[in-house]
Amino acid sequence: MTTADATTTRGATLPMSEGGTAARLGRTLRTPGGAVFVLVAVLLVGVVAANPSFGEPGSLIRFIGRTAPIAIAAMGQYFVIVSGEFDLSMGSVVTMQVVIAGNFIGQDESRILPVMLLMLVLGALVGVVNGLATTMLKVPSFIVTLGTMLALSGLVLYLTGGAATGNPVDSFRQIGRGGIEGVPVLDVIPYPAIILLVLAVAAVWLMRRPFGRTLVAVGDNPQAVHLSGSATWWLKTRAFVLSSLAATVAGIILVGYAGVHPSVGQGYEFTAITAVVVGGVVLGGGRGWVLSAAAGAFALELLFTLLNFVGVASTWRDTVQGVIIIVAVAIGARAWQGGRRRRNTEPTTPGAEPRHTGSAPTTPPDPGTT
Amino acid sequence: MRRTTIGRSVAALSALAMLAACSTDESLDEPATESAAEGADEGAEEGEGSDDGAEAGSDDEWFDQSEYDEQDEQRSATFEGDPEQPYLQYIDGEMTDTSEFASDGAKKVCFSNASIDNPWRQTGWITMNQQLQVLQDDGVISEMETRDAQADDNTQIADIDYFISEGNCDAFVISPNSTAALTPAVERACDTGLPVVVFDRGVETDCPTTFIHPIGGYAWGIDTAEFLVENLEEGDKVVALRILPGVDVLEHRWAAAERIFEENGIEAVDFFTGADPTEIKNFISDELATGEIQGVWMDAGDGAVAAIEAFEDAGQDYPVMTGEDEMSFLRKWDDTGLTGLAPVYSNFQWRTPLLAVEQIFAGEEVPTEWVLPQVPITEDERADFLEANDGMPDGHYAKFGGEDLPGYPDVWQERVIP
Repeated sequence: MTTADATTTRGATLPMSEGGTAARLGRTLRTPGGAVFVLVAVLLVGVVAANPSFGEPGSLIRFIGRTAPIAIAAMGQYFVIVSGEFDLSMGSVVTMQVVIAGNFIGQDESRILPVMLLMLVLGALVGVVNGLATTMLKVPSFIVTLGTMLALSGLVLYLTGGAATGNPVDSFRQIGRGGIEGVPVLDVIPYPAIILLVLAVAAVWLMRRPFGRTLVAVGDNPQAVHLSGSATWWLKTRAFVLSSLAATVAGIILVGYAGVHPSVGQGYEFTAITAVVVGGVVLGGGRGWVLSAAAGAFALELLFTLLNFVGVASTWRDTVQGVIIIVAVAIGARAWQGGRRRRNTEPTTPGAEPRHTGSAPTTPPDPGTT
Repeated sequence: MRRTTIGRSVAALSALAMLAACSTDESLDEPATESAAEGADEGAEEGEGSDDGAEAGSDDEWFDQSEYDEQDEQRSATFEGDPEQPYLQYIDGEMTDTSEFASDGAKKVCFSNASIDNPWRQTGWITMNQQLQVLQDDGVISEMETRDAQADDNTQIADIDYFISEGNCDAFVISPNSTAALTPAVERACDTGLPVVVFDRGVETDCPTTFIHPIGGYAWGIDTAEFLVENLEEGDKVVALRILPGVDVLEHRWAAAERIFEENGIEAVDFFTGADPTEIKNFISDELATGEIQGVWMDAGDGAVAAIEAFEDAGQDYPVMTGEDEMSFLRKWDDTGLTGLAPVYSNFQWRTPLLAVEQIFAGEEVPTEWVLPQVPITEDERADFLEANDGMPDGHYAKFGGEDLPGYPDVWQERVIP
């Protein structure tokens, strides 16, 4: 359990690290970042109860494969949200990449690598623009990325006229559609599942590096980080780049999985943000664990699947989804409050700005915050 | 400190509420995709229903037996005119006398377009522009000023009012974005005393000189559902992929189909996809996980390929399926050899309005309700249509009806949107 490991590195004197592994695990599961894993388990049980064949390894691994792009997007969004910003341009980046793949690769296999390189460069570029406009021009990221979102959708509209053009060559689509065949038990391991695993490991590693730790600190208290000598603009810009690159990877997978259509990626930013919030990451930054964001994506997808299986009338689906999400987040928000109220007894710096007192550096971080 | 946390959760919740609102809006915006696209509605009477989104789910809301019967008959009706020119064919009925409009010289046409945001409308729009070129060369039309409302009712109302007051128009061509909302604006256009041609979706007034549309949504539903019933057995399961609720033409397609499935003991599950291939694939994968699916019904062909791919990915047999005459579906149908039908929402109707304008200024009478043929493409005809449209992009529609226009086939192949 990575959370548990993470807490031990903070030294045995911290109250959160007291007790055995089981006790620590129990405490972790009571935070929103941990509770989402319980939610995933509950939903999974629900789905399997509604439809036992879903529980077969082959079905499960396919489900993981198809959830991979949204989970990857959620992890990308996590970097931005935990640093205290938003990335609304994510869906447009996905759509742009899908359209670029369709238009530029076409049926020519030799173009796959150059175009993928182009897509990654463009993705990084969008992130840099978002990051610099937010940090250097001091425009709120909500506005900046809203602008990028509109600009990119305009570009997509220009490139496609608003309609699908045609799918790229099948060998490129294998990235999102194919997998390693003939695996015992699982039958097939979809490539997207492997990509997700690799990126999740990389993300966890990154969050335990100085970059990750400072990024969370920036979301919590940018001033303190600034005073400590870190370049906050560069930190946040890198977060935006990671988010756009995650959207690019999601786009590459989605071209394979679904094909080229201007509606692919639409609303992805909202699904990703919702996944991050369901994963217990606090909007406004400073709290949350990257894998909880990915778990949030799985919780959402399981929820949608459950609604499919229990046969909720199609006209009601959106409403049911909306209500469940609000309830989940409300519970999550209460859990954080509970966690914070307990520490009211601890000394806090008098006179400090209210916004920062709750998470001043003297307060030990909750498990599951990194 | 307490306040802070509450503040944060309030922020989080309101953000989410906003997210929820946004996603809802999105699905509401989407209709433009196929709704506006497809909308032939006989639906003046149904118009009131279309405002009532809350009950859009109930089928009775969208089912009108007399409309259904009428369209059922029209499927086998005799069409006047040359079958080689289906875009000029019509069912015999009431005619509008246009002798008052007869006059010489090139005329200016003002076209208020709902949108060009889906492949069906784009194909039609290209065809319309090529038809315009012919009529300009013939000296019938001097110019066509077009305003694209981008699927927004308010924009389209403003567009029409602009044409009325400042357009200096000789005739109006209107492809309404929605039925009820555009009715007053169309009436204002009629009040100018100039000819008004409405096509695709209808409005709740009979003031236009002519209203051009293919047979309609019920006919689509009957053609497709009867095909599935014939090729399936009682107790089989059909997945119905629908673009979105609350759009009359699409609802008519489903209302007719659902009724026929029920009568014949076919189990049908419907789902709104927003034409998003990701949604389509996820939904079919889920349904395949619960059991076998024998049939797929679509209220519009956009995304048909993703639906077929979901069966391939799951290693299941191909379903019996109805799509649309979009090239992507025809090609995939051909590749896979599945049992299928391509219903047609006659794309060639985009030629008719300008030809109607020509007839009106020549003083020739035109059908008051100009019902165009709407004939599905069967497996036997598929090869011919594939050959005829060889080299056309995936988003092209086989029955676009522009083979005799200048620029064929390059203009449609390059698909440069005018």
